[in-house]
Amino acid sequence: MIKSFKKNIKGIVIEGITLASALLIIAIVIIMLTVIIIGGKDQLSWEFLTSFPTDGMTKGGIFPAIYGTALLVIIMSIAAVPFGTITAIYLTEYAKENSIIAKAIRFAVRTLAVIPSIIYGLFGLGFFIKFVGAHIDGAFYGGELKWGQPNLLWASLTMALLTLPVVIVSVEEALKTVPQELRAASLALGATKWQTIQKVVIPGSLSGIMTGTILAVSRGAGEVAPILFTGAAYYLATLPGLGDQFMVLGYHIYVLTTQSANVDQTLPIQFGTTCVLLMLTFILNMTAVILRYRIRKKKTN
Amino acid sequence: MIMIVDKIYTENMFLYYSGKMALNNISIKIPEKKVTAFIGPSGCGKSTFLRSLNRMNDLIDGVKIEGKIIIDDINIYDKNIDVVNLRKKVGMVFQKSNPFAKSIYENVAYGPKINGISDKKQLDEIVENALRNAAIWDEVKDRLGNSAMGLSGGQQQRLCIARTLAVNPEIVLMDEPASALDPLSTAKIEELIVQLKENYTIVIVTHNMQQAARISDNTAFFYLGELIEYDKTKKIFINPDKKQTEDYITGRFG
Repeated sequence: MIKSFKKNIKGIVIEGITLASALLIIAIVIIMLTVIIIGGKDQLSWEFLTSFPTDGMTKGGIFPAIYGTALLVIIMSIAAVPFGTITAIYLTEYAKENSIIAKAIRFAVRTLAVIPSIIYGLFGLGFFIKFVGAHIDGAFYGGELKWGQPNLLWASLTMALLTLPVVIVSVEEALKTVPQELRAASLALGATKWQTIQKVVIPGSLSGIMTGTILAVSRGAGEVAPILFTGAAYYLATLPGLGDQFMVLGYHIYVLTTQSANVDQTLPIQFGTTCVLLMLTFILNMTAVILRYRIRKKKTN
Repeated sequence: MIMIVDKIYTENMFLYYSGKMALNNISIKIPEKKVTAFIGPSGCGKSTFLRSLNRMNDLIDGVKIEGKIIIDDINIYDKNIDVVNLRKKVGMVFQKSNPFAKSIYENVAYGPKINGISDKKQLDEIVENALRNAAIWDEVKDRLGNSAMGLSGGQQQRLCIARTLAVNPEIVLMDEPASALDPLSTAKIEELIVQLKENYTIVIVTHNMQQAARISDNTAFFYLGELIEYDKTKKIFINPDKKQTEDYITGRFG
């Protein structure tokens, strides 16, 4: 009797601990969101979103950082999405499941996915700026420093490398949701493999490809480390082009909190910027989740 | 006198899955514009053999084929054979209906379109003819733009047959085309198959022996990768030569 009574207590305690740690997760999310939203809500205004910082960044808006973030993710997507999609097509449609080359590619993709983002930053600096950029300068600009320095292009390409595994894996998943029977049906009608990919496989997985793209963009929008050395700027009075350094939301938060002459004065702007960044990634992720949900639903039908 | 032409014939054909023999020395002659049925228990190789006739087995890793498969005097496993053209000539209908997630019209027009036909009037005509030949035109003519996924299972399968016919094949391979359908839809498909043999050579794999008896002219009985007996359907079902065939047909095994 007594023994079984003890056991019962132990069970309740264990259940309690697991529940408590689960609730802690919810608490963390709620606290985080509440603090950020309460702190930032008064700052959010059309003017904040559309104007330049003023008074040594203690006042004004964050438009250049939003603009820079947008350009960064657009150029990044232009580089990463086609490249990643083509790789995923090779892996699912052409490579034999257990061939050495397919295994090597999958190993490389997994490795890329776990490399810390700061290392991407260093790689971008070493490869794109010091190697590719410097050689372009040497070959076309007589050694004048033009592309051999941090800028939007190199930062976007570095970010593209970082998000490539995300794109490859999600596009691969999407392509795999197209039933094998549909490929067989198309081939049996005398379609070539490429026609089958073009007209059956890709249209059937378009929303999955979109999901991958959005997830990649959302990851890219929030990352700071890869662009630290490759193009992010403290403050710029003009909007950037491909060859210029640029302001970006994540880095702007870092700058405001650590580099500002008067951190306390910039506090509302820090909160406002954090709010904007959070909302941006949140919206992107929600879109991806909804798209993915719709694919799953379609698949089970 | 009607001359019977052998549309397909195989000679000493062997098939291996990763070194393991799945078809053992198959020699068969399949006549033009007849219905030929392949019967036998699961795993006997009848579907594998069917899929060798349009080289769909090429899609599976580790499949090796020896011997000859001749269609219209050409060995379809010759090195210079273009499988794409082969499959236009030898169409296939699958066990599970597999329409594309496109409209009814686009499903049927798919084959002609990849063959380079883009003239709207010509496509309309091909689509209508194919749907008529597959005995589904009256059911879908008012909703050609609707998604094929909205059709019933039986309608989907007839749509898949229409899609195959739209490419204008000479041979239609059918891999248990009615096994997932209700009796009424099955009856419609069977009726259709009998009509189709006027213009096409039909080879059908079926688990349903009554079906083979009802619709086929010739029947081949496969067992454990071997072609045990092949003859007129009547003969196979009434007076087979081999004891294994008789045992299978009378339901003693399989």
